[in-house]
Amino acid sequence: MVTPFISVRNLHKWYSSVHALKGVNLNVFPGEVCGLVGDNGAGKSTLIKILSGVHRPDRGEIWMGGRQVKITSPKAAMKLGIETIYQDNSVVPTMSIARNMFLGREPLRFAISGLGLLNHQHMRDEAMQAIGDVDLHVRSPDALLSELSGGQRQGVAIARAMHFKSRVLILDEPTNHLSVKETAKVLGFVRSLPAQGVTGILISHNLHHVFESCDRIVAMARGEIVFDKPVGETNVDEVSDAL
Amino acid sequence: MRKLFRVYLEKPELAGIALLVLLTVIFEIRSDGVFLSAENLRGMLGLLPEVGLVSIGVTVLMICGEFDLSVGSMFALMPVSVALMTNQGIPFIPAMLLGLAIAAAVGFANGFITLTFNIPSFITTLGMLFIVRSLTVVITGGFPPLLSGDLPIGVFTQFVGPGGMIRTSFIWFVVLAVIAGAMLGSTNFGNWIRATGGLFDAAAAMGVPVWRVKMICFVMCSMLAGFGGTIQVFRLGAPLPSIGDGLELQAVAAAVIGGTALTGGVGTVLGAVVGALLIRVIDNGLVLSQVDANWFKCAVGALTIFAVVANSWLRWTARRIKVEG
Repeated sequence: MVTPFISVRNLHKWYSSVHALKGVNLNVFPGEVCGLVGDNGAGKSTLIKILSGVHRPDRGEIWMGGRQVKITSPKAAMKLGIETIYQDNSVVPTMSIARNMFLGREPLRFAISGLGLLNHQHMRDEAMQAIGDVDLHVRSPDALLSELSGGQRQGVAIARAMHFKSRVLILDEPTNHLSVKETAKVLGFVRSLPAQGVTGILISHNLHHVFESCDRIVAMARGEIVFDKPVGETNVDEVSDAL
Repeated sequence: MRKLFRVYLEKPELAGIALLVLLTVIFEIRSDGVFLSAENLRGMLGLLPEVGLVSIGVTVLMICGEFDLSVGSMFALMPVSVALMTNQGIPFIPAMLLGLAIAAAVGFANGFITLTFNIPSFITTLGMLFIVRSLTVVITGGFPPLLSGDLPIGVFTQFVGPGGMIRTSFIWFVVLAVIAGAMLGSTNFGNWIRATGGLFDAAAAMGVPVWRVKMICFVMCSMLAGFGGTIQVFRLGAPLPSIGDGLELQAVAAAVIGGTALTGGVGTVLGAVVGALLIRVIDNGLVLSQVDANWFKCAVGALTIFAVVANSWLRWTARRIKVEG
């Protein structure tokens, strides 16, 4: 049996009186793309917010590569190689591509206790490089994110995740506001993750998207996992019924 | 043309600079060359640092996505406290440091209350506006304390340079503005300020310490306001508990005229300086053009509205060109 890359064990989360996660167990194996589906309020977002360090679980354990880990902040998640792309708030629209690319992880020319002068040239060069690597073309690294289309914005977020050598890429409804063409491009990218040695978790409302780009489908309802099968052994109707 | 719009999106203070040039030319002509005379510039640059420092603090805080209406009251509290402390025999430098510490404490309270209870900073600092003003009047007992004549206030107000052209306050202002500008534009902390105000959730999700960033901006804003007020009191020689009344809105106007967006994330320190300078230019230019000085507030108000309309139109147009191009 392969050791799961990420293993979530008996995870609980309460939001005041709402029991958002009721003992979730989930294994994600290395080199697979796991599709996470479910209705609004099923607990998908809570689960990935815990994995990306935005929220902390009230009970339960998270293991990575056979070791128990504590994900106490977004920084801690990133250190473990977990990068997350949200549907519409991964990037800051009023800032340039280069500044977004290195937000929170700026290359500095010198620093005193973590604060220091930005290395602008390095940021601009690396940003262009990273964007080229995910096959995106933009005018300049100084262009503001608000000048870009929705697809290009997601492209910048994806380029950032890849640039920082993510080992697990979580995509939370990444195609929500995108055109058909841009959606196809993002899904194509998700499909290519295993070939790049990255494990993926795709959260989506759209079952067809999940079938198109994932290896395994996990469905959540009312804070629990209610369905978990490889894509080859199931079909859209069966998953719909489970929900 | 297209290029111009593109540059504008990256440099929102450009509209303010264009207005500044335009008004300078108009006032220079209307005043028969008095406006740009050495004597007039000397007076104008002597006044600029006081409101200018407040504008810088307010601008940086607005970029961070928060607001401070208590700066006008802080503008009075710090100098009055410093005057009272020196009268009690506390030496000048410790008194100044304690005054700055009081300003920092008020900024901290603003930030702490706003962030802890998750309420709009507009409300927190509106309350603080009244509280701090009231405290200022109470500690003076209603009478302005005397400013002891042997304080080394020349460090902040003396005329220096060739022909005594500028006051030392202007040097303080330039140095602090350069530091603030460099912080905002060229450090990772500046990047965090812009991101926190631009899209809070995105900044938090990228591991930016958003809580600390906002707190520091609140504290800096309050300290700059206190310092600006102290300079004004040293220049006037009288710690009036009423100074700075209404200044908070002038500082916001300066920020907005300089291209700062009320929604956060957009703005520059240069814009704050340009905005503050524009207000001074209007004040002074109207007098020199022999217009009734009561038109001053009307002009500042009109300019504020005009600047915001112009800015949102420019932003909209620039974006539309982007989409089409």
